[in-house]
Amino acid sequence: MSLLIETTVNGDQREFVCEADETLMDALRNRMSLTGVKEGCGTGDCGACSILLDGELVCSCLVLGAEAAGRTIETVEGISDGDELHPLQQKFLEHAALQCGICTPGFLVAAKALLERNPNPTEEEIRYGLAGNLCRCTGYDKIVRAVQAAAVEMNGES
Amino acid sequence: MGNDTKYKARTFRAVGTRPVRPDGIDKVTGRARYGADFSMPGQLVGRVLRSDVPHATIKKIETAKAEALPGVKAVITAKDLPDYTDGDEELYAVLDNCMARKKVLYDGHAVAAVAAVDEKTARAALKLIEVEYKIHKHVTDVDEAFKPSAPVIRKDCFTTGVKPRPKKASNVSACSEFGHGNIKKGFKEADVIIERQFKTGQTHQGYIEPHACVGSISPDGSGDLWVCTQGHFVYRQMCSQLLGMDQSRLRVTSSEIGGGFGGKTHIWIEPVALALSRKANQPVKVVMSREEVFRASGPTSATSIDVKMGVTKDGRITAGEATLRYASGPYPGSWAQLGAMTAFACYDMPNVKTTGYEVLVNRPKTTAYRAPSAPMAAFAVESVIDELAKEISMDAVDLRIKNSAQEGTQSSYGPVYGPIGIGATLEAAREHPHMKAPLGENQGRGMACGFWFNFGGQSCTSLNIAEDGSVTLTVGTIDVGGARASLSLVVAEELGVEYEQVKTVIGDTGTLGFNEMTDGSRGTFASSMSAIVSVRQAIVQLKSRAAQIWDIPVDAVEWKDGHAVATGRGAKNRQPLSVADIAASAAKTGGPLAGHAQIVADGAGVSFATHICDVEVDPDTGRSTILRYTVLQDAGKAVHPTYVEGQFQGGAAQGIGWALNEEYIYGKDGRLQNPGFLDYRIPVCSDLPMIDTQILEIPNPNHPYGVRGVGETSIVPPLAAIANAVSNATGVRMTQVPMSPPRVLEALDEHLAMSRRRKRA
Repeated sequence: MSLLIETTVNGDQREFVCEADETLMDALRNRMSLTGVKEGCGTGDCGACSILLDGELVCSCLVLGAEAAGRTIETVEGISDGDELHPLQQKFLEHAALQCGICTPGFLVAAKALLERNPNPTEEEIRYGLAGNLCRCTGYDKIVRAVQAAAVEMNGES
Repeated sequence: MGNDTKYKARTFRAVGTRPVRPDGIDKVTGRARYGADFSMPGQLVGRVLRSDVPHATIKKIETAKAEALPGVKAVITAKDLPDYTDGDEELYAVLDNCMARKKVLYDGHAVAAVAAVDEKTARAALKLIEVEYKIHKHVTDVDEAFKPSAPVIRKDCFTTGVKPRPKKASNVSACSEFGHGNIKKGFKEADVIIERQFKTGQTHQGYIEPHACVGSISPDGSGDLWVCTQGHFVYRQMCSQLLGMDQSRLRVTSSEIGGGFGGKTHIWIEPVALALSRKANQPVKVVMSREEVFRASGPTSATSIDVKMGVTKDGRITAGEATLRYASGPYPGSWAQLGAMTAFACYDMPNVKTTGYEVLVNRPKTTAYRAPSAPMAAFAVESVIDELAKEISMDAVDLRIKNSAQEGTQSSYGPVYGPIGIGATLEAAREHPHMKAPLGENQGRGMACGFWFNFGGQSCTSLNIAEDGSVTLTVGTIDVGGARASLSLVVAEELGVEYEQVKTVIGDTGTLGFNEMTDGSRGTFASSMSAIVSVRQAIVQLKSRAAQIWDIPVDAVEWKDGHAVATGRGAKNRQPLSVADIAASAAKTGGPLAGHAQIVADGAGVSFATHICDVEVDPDTGRSTILRYTVLQDAGKAVHPTYVEGQFQGGAAQGIGWALNEEYIYGKDGRLQNPGFLDYRIPVCSDLPMIDTQILEIPNPNHPYGVRGVGETSIVPPLAAIANAVSNATGVRMTQVPMSPPRVLEALDEHLAMSRRRKRA
């Protein structure tokens, strides 16, 4: 059964058709071409498909497309302000917080949610705040440092 | 100049700086296109049916019902992949692994595949395929498979490398031996001898991006493959061979790669996608699920290793012997051989012998994983060295320094070393503040060394200068973690232009000659060498064009700081010409400006590292927490130091996972019980501390800038460094990884019971 879903994605009113059993991750990737949402596992273990749903951090592979009706979605594609990168994006680049980059969209979304909730996180709070996102390349060191640096910049301390 | 690629000391201007990588912006904005992000108009969805039994003969595969399902465009089995391997046993194993021919050999082995209009139909079709099996006994444990009484997986497997050739088939496909001196004599000279047995679990590379590709074969038999891979030229070679095509008829384009670590040096779904496309006459996209990635791709060997070493009271290692049994999956491999070569490679051993046995098991075909086979051998040897140090009351670092290999040492695997960094990393470790930091209760410090060969091989690059003087370098090696930044730096350095003026791109297989894969830590080493030769070819062109513009002899033109400079009498009133100046008049002086290189990058300098690690072990739960971690490694010359650090940190983190948590767990039924990231637990952010790094630079004499590969060595020492730390924290020697909480708890309980018994006695 196909459903017509109306939703808001990265600030735009969007409509998409999806099957009743289709995940929001598949709908975002295949129906709206938002392939910044990555599939690493499909079981909510890796966080590569992380998005904000009404401001809440979720794995989009664990949400049905139909559940997006009338709600607000933010993906990695919506993080920057036009051609102005978000401080997290900028710091990820400067600190080389990515190697292969497949986990990066999920980390950026999760880190944004973390800093919105807690603008001054300790290292431990960052590590636990990002523990739902797997990275196999970096050992997380440079990711944590990038988030710390972004927090400093967003708090106007630099 | 030209093709002379020997090292020459120089002061660097661009190399060694840390600019933002050129591909970074697309990766932080979601634009970067990975394997599963590519789509073709009219593409079908391909899915693979996999065996749920570990060892069986395929009696019958019934596909008619699946074929009749509306929306199904093709169903294939091994029949649709005829054997073009022409007696090449290794290639036949790849073919058989991509689609089982007569027998299924592990849980997850592909038996059929479908292409359908959508995912739902493809899944439904898989359920309609009926496979009839004749079940055989299976064996998944390396030690069990090694026994003469084990079920024999291949009736045609007679151990090679032993004399006389065995008359009875077994699961031991090959035996290899390395060493020199006389170990009997060596052990006689020892004051202390330690002998231990070790075991390591099977781990997966754990890249976050599952394998994905789109294959398209046109009615004229030519084809395209878009794929995430560590080596698109090698994928072209293997896929075209398996499909019976000329290599040039198949163009392979690599996507961005979401991690590989050796796991994307091998083909699985790619020939299947192409065969489906050939049958359906439409493009077919195949993406593995995470469960398929675990069950059917990747893993490294599970191992069982015996080590015996002897030392004199004053700390001279007199002899070392190791017997290594490495599981290779159900096909012959050479993984134990690599373990046998690397085991004692850090040390100057007068008497050394290693024997490697390749063991067949009903598990997925073993694939390379970052410094393949070395971490397990290092775990065993470095653990024994720590015990030797304790026995003779010598500091563990000092004992290693006293016995470390140096320039001129004959390595345990044969060759004599050139300038190497093992001694330097050990000296740096001894002086590192980490070594002197205080430790608390239940905490221990461990250290260990690691070696990896590094590899060079064939590379081909093209440098093209645009009309405005900006530069494109096209390479054929995949960028797995920042190589495009490093290669742009090298071009900027050699040509004398700004980093921002250079863009490095990865060409498809139609644009360049053959390039070997990004493996063996060769990507930056080999392609930077080729890039330097390309730049030098371009400079010859640039100078000749400047000579034409100035109407002076070409030997009166020099290349300096990115400019053609007139010398001698011709220099008068002639301002230096930039790349842009020369490019602007290219049309009048001979056409486009380019430099091309094809090389065999010989002389990848061997690589060494020393790691230091602090661990706290919870005596109630057996959980080990990494408190502090330091990596010291020789990079030859760090082209982009931040990404070199990243390689050091990433390898250490993977090693930590291997040491503490990661392991394939098979049930008695021979099926994998943990094919997902929940139960196969790789380290998460909250598991790890910051990972400190120290880059040493001992130039490789065989690279113009002294570069060595840096990618792999960092995964070699962690297993042993952590085992030594756990041992120092608890007083219990751990001989099996992963040192998971239940395993550590069991060892602690046993130790406690034993010391109680001793007290009573």
